[in-house]
Amino acid sequence: MNQSYSRGSSLPLRLFLAVVCSAGLMFLDRYTDSSTQLRSYLTTAVSPLFYVASLPETLFSGASEQFMSQQAVLDENARLKETLLQQSGQLQLLRYLQQENEKLRALLGSSAVIEDKRLVAEVLAVYSHPFSHQVVLNKGTKDGVTEHQAVIDDQGIVGQIVSVGPTSSRALLISDNTHAIAVRAERTGVRAIVEGLGQWDALRVMHLPHSTDIREGDRLLTSGLDGRFPEGYPVARVSKISQDASQPFMVVYAEPYALLDRIRHVLLLSNTPRMPEQPEEPAAGAAPQEQP
Amino acid sequence: MRKAGRIGFIYLSLFVALILTVMPMPQLVKLARPDWVLLVLMYWTMALPQRISVGTAFFSGFIVDVLVGTVLGVNALAFSVVIFIVAQHHLKIRNFSIVQQSLLLGLLLALYQLLLFWLSHFLTGVYFMPQYLWPVVTGMLVWPWLFWLLRRYRRQLKIQ
Repeated sequence: MNQSYSRGSSLPLRLFLAVVCSAGLMFLDRYTDSSTQLRSYLTTAVSPLFYVASLPETLFSGASEQFMSQQAVLDENARLKETLLQQSGQLQLLRYLQQENEKLRALLGSSAVIEDKRLVAEVLAVYSHPFSHQVVLNKGTKDGVTEHQAVIDDQGIVGQIVSVGPTSSRALLISDNTHAIAVRAERTGVRAIVEGLGQWDALRVMHLPHSTDIREGDRLLTSGLDGRFPEGYPVARVSKISQDASQPFMVVYAEPYALLDRIRHVLLLSNTPRMPEQPEEPAAGAAPQEQP
Repeated sequence: MRKAGRIGFIYLSLFVALILTVMPMPQLVKLARPDWVLLVLMYWTMALPQRISVGTAFFSGFIVDVLVGTVLGVNALAFSVVIFIVAQHHLKIRNFSIVQQSLLLGLLLALYQLLLFWLSHFLTGVYFMPQYLWPVVTGMLVWPWLFWLLRRYRRQLKIQ
């Protein structure tokens, strides 16, 4: 044990070095752009760990599927067929509407909506640390994933891709503290920005003046004005409004549609940033709603 | 060769702790997930401070940063500070009873959470919520079992 004493003297020095190194890392990561590349390399390096970590769950769900009774499978199959039929029925109408919409847009002389390509990905790991709401997905550059792609599930917007490795990628959820998304209220068309709070079931609608027409239950859709998310996808439902005249703005909370804490499969939308190069209404639509 | 295998056990335990840190879990369990890596590091620092101390803590913290997606260096710094305190006082902490150890470790885990919150607040502006402190409680509850398990293997493999 004498050994530990003889080397104990350098402990403060080692701490000093560690503190200096971490401060450097933090600065590099937060205030410069160079870390994006580094982070994608590091994500690649540790991605086997995510595969190992999700192994028990994969095995477990595989086993439970294996032992599912035939009746349950048949029931599920019938149910799925029914939904498929219903949805393909709706899809037929959608095709027609899309065509009509394109024609109308052409008549108006506005830019056409580019059809999105989609990619299904599976969630490898959800990290639930309150300070970082991120998920790791099992698709990477090899599958054509790029940064800033929008991620959705069957209910609504989930988040966006922030770093990509060859076989895995990392998505930032809309509930993360550092995330903001431009939305529009479906009922009134009021534009706003929705920020994450670090909570799974609550987002905050920022900077709405007290006179804004917004009600509990209003659907908030993406407005596409942030240049990241395509227009028209559901984001959240207004859940709580408190009007306190002492506050400069209304305090509005919204509940995300996507079940952020139990996502399993997600869709990646290819990013077709339809930035309004020729604004449809020259003056009125030019209010900048960009987020940093 | 056998000696290398014994040292390998330390890193194996750290590796398992890292996997437990990112393993998918139900939401309720996840909120209260103990800080496995820090607990394992604390044990090894207490038992073998000449092998595992601030340096290992820094690198483990860095890997946790990469896995978790926090700003790089946040966990590395918090781990280093906490492990520094453990390494400085390892002889005292070793002599405590297991309950006293748990209580003291609770304080250190709370310090870790606080450091993490301060740094994240400074860097990304997070809000504080009391449920962030659940890992402190679960960490204290897990400690006696972890201590017992790791000590058993350390003695069996005669790691020094």
